[in-house]
Amino acid sequence: MVSFDRRKFLQAAGAGTALIPFGRAAFAAAAGGGNKRLVVVLLRGAVDGLNVVVPHGETAYYDARPTIAVPRPGRDGGALDLDGHFGLHPALAALMPQWRDGTLAFVPASGSPDETRSHFDAQDYMESGTPGQKSTADGWMNRLLTELPVKRTSTSALSFGPTLPRIFAGPVDVATVPLGRAAANPIPLDRPVINAAFDQLYTGEDTLARAYREGLESHKKVMKDLQADMMAADNGAPSPITFGQDTAHLAQLIKQDPSINLAFFALGGWDTHVNQGASDGQLASRLQPLAEGLAGLATGLGKDYQDTVVLVMSEFGRTVHENGNRGTDHGHGNVMWVMGGGINGGKIHGRWPGLDAASLYEKRDLAVTTDFRSVIAAVLAGHMKLAPAQIARVLPAAPSADPGLMRT
Amino acid sequence: MPDIALARHLADRLGFGPRPGDLDYIAKRGPDSWIEEQLHPAAALPKDVAARLDQLTTLKMTPVETFIAYGPPALQGVQDPEQRKEIQQRGRIVPAEAIEARILRAVYSPRQLEESLVDFWFNHFNVFDAKGLDRVWIGTYERDAIRPHVLGRFRDLLGATARHPAMLFYLDNWQNTAPGSPGAHGNFKGLNENYARELMELHTLGVDGGYSQDDVITLAKILTGWGFGDGSRMAAPGDDQARRKRGGAGKRPPRGSFVFAENRHDFSDKTLLGHRIPGKGEAEGDQALDLLARHPATAKRISYKLAQYFIADEPPPAVVDAGGATFAKTDGDIKAVLKTLFARAEFRDPATFNTRFKTPLRYVVSSLRATGATVRNFRPAFGMLQQLGQPIYGCITPDGYRCTEAAWLNADAMTRRITYALALAAGRLPLSEIPADQPPAPRGGAGRRQGHEPPVNAEALVATLGGISDKTRAVVAAAQPELRAALILGSPDFMRG
Repeated sequence: MVSFDRRKFLQAAGAGTALIPFGRAAFAAAAGGGNKRLVVVLLRGAVDGLNVVVPHGETAYYDARPTIAVPRPGRDGGALDLDGHFGLHPALAALMPQWRDGTLAFVPASGSPDETRSHFDAQDYMESGTPGQKSTADGWMNRLLTELPVKRTSTSALSFGPTLPRIFAGPVDVATVPLGRAAANPIPLDRPVINAAFDQLYTGEDTLARAYREGLESHKKVMKDLQADMMAADNGAPSPITFGQDTAHLAQLIKQDPSINLAFFALGGWDTHVNQGASDGQLASRLQPLAEGLAGLATGLGKDYQDTVVLVMSEFGRTVHENGNRGTDHGHGNVMWVMGGGINGGKIHGRWPGLDAASLYEKRDLAVTTDFRSVIAAVLAGHMKLAPAQIARVLPAAPSADPGLMRT
Repeated sequence: MPDIALARHLADRLGFGPRPGDLDYIAKRGPDSWIEEQLHPAAALPKDVAARLDQLTTLKMTPVETFIAYGPPALQGVQDPEQRKEIQQRGRIVPAEAIEARILRAVYSPRQLEESLVDFWFNHFNVFDAKGLDRVWIGTYERDAIRPHVLGRFRDLLGATARHPAMLFYLDNWQNTAPGSPGAHGNFKGLNENYARELMELHTLGVDGGYSQDDVITLAKILTGWGFGDGSRMAAPGDDQARRKRGGAGKRPPRGSFVFAENRHDFSDKTLLGHRIPGKGEAEGDQALDLLARHPATAKRISYKLAQYFIADEPPPAVVDAGGATFAKTDGDIKAVLKTLFARAEFRDPATFNTRFKTPLRYVVSSLRATGATVRNFRPAFGMLQQLGQPIYGCITPDGYRCTEAAWLNADAMTRRITYALALAAGRLPLSEIPADQPPAPRGGAGRRQGHEPPVNAEALVATLGGISDKTRAVVAAAQPELRAALILGSPDFMRG
């Protein structure tokens, strides 16, 4: 994959998909990547990437989507122009400051090399980091934990939500943070007598005992960090459990706990087979809180934003053509979002294959020209300062990292 | 006391764990005889539970009736936003009653295998109660499409789910339309592959079952027109029968009951998985369901899933093969497949006893059974299931909740389960309160409310469970008396089954 400015790319048409091998110089400054952070947001259900970063410069886009296309910039409900060819869905307006200050980039036509249109398989591959291989037992973020050049603590990795996702499966323990206000509630196990009694039940090294000890330790840390804030929040109006609230928690946790390296969120509700809407509607109503949550994270982190990269991805894209129900079915290529310090942002990356009939994958879907793993690899190299051998352990057989995505 | 250990194993695996006295009953009856009893359920619910279920009125209504009472017709002509909100709130009774019935049956039904299978098959054919109209159909879906068939023929389950409005709505097939057909208009304009894909990937063959994207499209074409009445005339319940007389020209069928809309069907001849399916209308769908139900990949997949649910996260291949062979030989007789699985030495090997990490549902229900709790208020249990990430009818995706340790064991789950165990053991959950309209949200946090129920007696609990491990026994003996029952319910022994 080549980083590219679209106009330059068109001039240099024929440059093809050649991958520039990752150079040694790019990670020369490897040491000291210790408190770099990576936040991954997985949009489960396959978000319609063509209505996230809208190719408003293509007539084919509007031909394929008579009722659900986002209008061209400047029109009523129009896309927010990014580079003359692509525009952002208007519900994502909260992210325009990041785009303008160069800390937000998009990689359209990215995705998995595997052809599956099954949500479950595709998410599984995106989380295991090994497309096409079902036997991989662990998730790539768990493997990444073992490669980080830092001393691990019980809060090195945070997973938001009640169950541990596939992406964090593996030998290294990961803390789960409850969503919303529940995070800072005290529990009876905080009391010494009760704590001591249960400790004796869970003294072993089996999976339950480890989970028990991990749970108590991370509960204590999270509670300590959040309690002051939560008490204040309890006095105000009860706010709904939203992504914005959880990213605000994360920002606060990171500020107080420098040992947090990885965090993961999964958001659902993107499987818009029916009535997905255009500038308004079902998809827009989900995009808006997502954008506001991400923008809130960026501002909430303050100076720590410079040491944080946020990656937003989804298992596959959706059909170029709208279906019979003003929705879209399972497709192939999607768009990845990369936000944070050190990003070569304000730019569209990757090679855009176009939406004309001859360019579509299996005559129906946006093609994949950038393997999702090469985007992750670029972040691991440029941001987390991992060496190629380490990246190969996190993402085995992944294509080379894209050096253009990160400022070096 | 090997009989008691095996009895505990059977109670944990076939059902949701023992209630006081259950293990003696199973041991006295003998394991094989008890398994037979469970495979041919005849016992009735306790009278007071049956009486309570009898009060849940929405569970006696047809899908058409719940649609009319709580769906869009109830809002027709109502302009006042406050009044609309009030009507919509009223509709919450449908999922609430279904959840209450599910929890009460799981806790109290003597037909424990049947209740486990309702959990299993509902997840296999999952629908999500908060997706649009499914909120008015969730209870009838379980009652009509799942429950009657859990020990019957797989093909019957498949057919019943395929025609139930809850599934037709959840996976969008109700709008699946042949492009250019006479009935194609508005939102019914073209193919929608969603149901066709999940029907093969999740309900039958499995993702590696040998179908292609072309097969998905072909199956979607076969299922064009499978839906429910278009809703433009809201019919009275009695019209359901009139609808069945096909060709009542101008008469629109009521939404909420299955309808094959031939004016939206693709009548071309088709080839699915290499088999010719001539274009003949609704019968094509049944032919496709026959084909999928009898496919070898389906036999293997169903056997694997059942063996995983009842035996081990990674079921022994020989067991899966045996179950699959029975499935194929008996044309998908679920009872016969289960009989094969339960007879296997691998299932009865004492080394497998108490090794499966309970799902949140099994953990919560087994705790209410073991403590002999009087459950009149299902909300503390449901609140706990929400906290643990497994609210009943709340799985958004069509693959349903998983049953493995990897899916449910994590650090947060352990502290939450123990918090709940402490509250239950101390009698702090308001379980016997008659549910009011807005009971306090259960928090599971001990110390918030005092003395709702008598505290759980630790000795009685140990007797019900047929003993506890040496390690747990030692810790319990050394602990303050008021912590003992909580330590048992929060012990590794009780987290597993």
